[in-house]
Amino acid sequence: MLHPNSNAFTAESTKAIADPQLQEALGVLRTQSIPNRLKAANNLAEFEQLRDRARDLKDHILGHLDQYLLQFEEQVKSSGGQVHWCSDAESARQTILKLCREAGAKTVTKGKTMIGEEIGINDFLAENGIEPVETDLGEYIIQLRHETPSHIIGPALHVTKRQVEETFREHHTDLDAGRSLEEPAALMAEARAKMRHRYFEADVGITGANFLIAETGSTVIVTNEGNGDLTQMLPKMHIALTSIEKVVPTLDDAMTLLRILPRSATGQELSVYVTFSTGPRRQIDPDGPKAFHVVLLDNGRSAYLGGPMQEMLRCIRCGACMDHCPVYHAVGGHAYGWVYPGPIGAILTPALVGVENAKHLPNASSLCGRCESVCPVRIPIPKLLRHWREEEFTRAITPATQRTGLGVWAWFAQRPAMYRLAARWSMRILRWSAGARGRFKSLPLAEGWTRHRDFPAPQGKTFQDQWRARSRR
Amino acid sequence: MPSAVQAKPPGGQKRVALFVTCLVDLFRPSVGFAAVKLLEQAGFTVEVPEAQTCCGQPAYNSGDRADAQAIARNTIAAFEGYDYIVAPSGSCGGMLRCHYPELLAEDPQWAPRASALAARCYELTQFLVDIAQLDALDATFPSRVAYHDSCSSLREMNVKAQPRALLGKVKGVQISELAETEACCGFGGTFCVKFPDISNSMVERKTADIAASGADTVLAGDLGCLMNIAGKLKREGSNVKVRHVAEVLAGMTDDAAIGDAE
Repeated sequence: MLHPNSNAFTAESTKAIADPQLQEALGVLRTQSIPNRLKAANNLAEFEQLRDRARDLKDHILGHLDQYLLQFEEQVKSSGGQVHWCSDAESARQTILKLCREAGAKTVTKGKTMIGEEIGINDFLAENGIEPVETDLGEYIIQLRHETPSHIIGPALHVTKRQVEETFREHHTDLDAGRSLEEPAALMAEARAKMRHRYFEADVGITGANFLIAETGSTVIVTNEGNGDLTQMLPKMHIALTSIEKVVPTLDDAMTLLRILPRSATGQELSVYVTFSTGPRRQIDPDGPKAFHVVLLDNGRSAYLGGPMQEMLRCIRCGACMDHCPVYHAVGGHAYGWVYPGPIGAILTPALVGVENAKHLPNASSLCGRCESVCPVRIPIPKLLRHWREEEFTRAITPATQRTGLGVWAWFAQRPAMYRLAARWSMRILRWSAGARGRFKSLPLAEGWTRHRDFPAPQGKTFQDQWRARSRR
Repeated sequence: MPSAVQAKPPGGQKRVALFVTCLVDLFRPSVGFAAVKLLEQAGFTVEVPEAQTCCGQPAYNSGDRADAQAIARNTIAAFEGYDYIVAPSGSCGGMLRCHYPELLAEDPQWAPRASALAARCYELTQFLVDIAQLDALDATFPSRVAYHDSCSSLREMNVKAQPRALLGKVKGVQISELAETEACCGFGGTFCVKFPDISNSMVERKTADIAASGADTVLAGDLGCLMNIAGKLKREGSNVKVRHVAEVLAGMTDDAAIGDAE
């Protein structure tokens, strides 16, 4: 498993805020991602009803997950493929290595897979002498830059066009140094040309899967570049690396989710490609892989079935929550320190790596609720963030200073007479210290506030005191 | 609530309990008096239950469920027996209306009491428009104002049209909408001091949006957001004034704006 660095969130977020290139790159969320999704949602009259249906569908699936996964496995087998059940990252890595060795693989092409990030497959394959080649443009860029994805559907979202150009010039040294890379299309064409022959060299193609269809044993990928098709069609073996909550009962159910996924993700009515893969190449097929494997990862997810966090498993990985999150807008994805950033990452990361290893993430939210308002499967993200906060409080992961402060405040808040007395005197003192200035530039114990803001002074007497004086008159 | 019915004043006026909110009580009592004035104008008898302190959100949002529950029970006990509960805050109103029932759902004795309270609880502008159907205001405020929607008003209480409708009845007010009305200002209760740099990045965007709107005054229905926005505007040296919307609606704008010198 990719080692979590989530407990460095506070320091990493401060660095991210001070990084002008990152801030420039993140601007696209507010200028494009948000308006694009809104337009797509408004253009489909039944969008809100579809969200309800999608939520209900996912809840139904999560209530019968074992049944649908077993049905899926049966169907994969009957079409000549194989399902590998992997309880953790290590078993998924070993399974993939074994399959790659069976195929005699030296090179593996890869479509985008966040599960691949979750199990750290690239480094593992490289350590074992197998070269992983990313074929998604964003993944290709960050592979050259030795970075991890910063967004679940836009892995290179943190990189500006100028930085991509620099990266390409640095790595593609065989090309004419005088070439123009001004236009995004030129960057795209160059990456395509560099990648094209790699598809033919590869012995194994690894993709993720957006959905697994129980009734047909198909895996489905939703892409825009066409790289996924080449990755899974050209090599002799296709491995779909995915996780257990991706299964849906029928093709119709997949259609329901397909109507909201691209609209929520990129604002497209449908992505450019939606590819269904069912088993290996048959006799009558002109092309396709000779072997078809599905590596099905649990990695701790099943422990949350039937519990208070189950709703997080509805996620269909559209990224709308991070696109709309003001904290993500401020710090980007890397500060979250593991695979899944943004609001969904802040609930999923503590679940999969342990809340003690991601203790800041559930707290780093103003609970503004915009994520929940756009989530296509209506995951109540603020409620689930509060769940982790309660877990941290109960297990004393919450810092002692905060617990003490909260305890003192709560003691007063439960004793109205004492509370009024404390309020009366503290506000008098504050008002007196502020004089006629109306605000403080700095204030003891309030550095967190006054580092960046003035602190407005109270007007003086509390409302309750004034109200009682008025009532006595 | 038989006791409430019996306690009704002879004129048959309905009784509103004002949940003044801890921030208004402590920092800006003039907002409380503005709320009282508006509710009385709308024909209600206003009472202020003495046993109120805070809605308990700091505990609830910090994971301290036991204290949040204890505070919720105290608040429910203090506010039962009124026709309506009104708060000059979407955040505290949202706590009473949306979160108390969840917080006490497992408590057979308190769950029905929490639900009964929740059903009678409103944010101030929401109450004035949706329940009181206040159609005229005696207020003048010649100003170009931007209205900041607090996240809890917007997404928990579904308050968006009401404050704008009321501002439309104030003489002289011109509304300049912010470009990003759905964006959080970065307050978030204890969030703003636990993650000051992120919170600052958020409020900087909000003040830039305010500056771009050309407004000379920012209004909102939540004092937390207002103190955050005012604090940032003052630090930036801005002349934009910051007030709670109730002050403008009640025509009570003689006090210095939030964070301004007297």
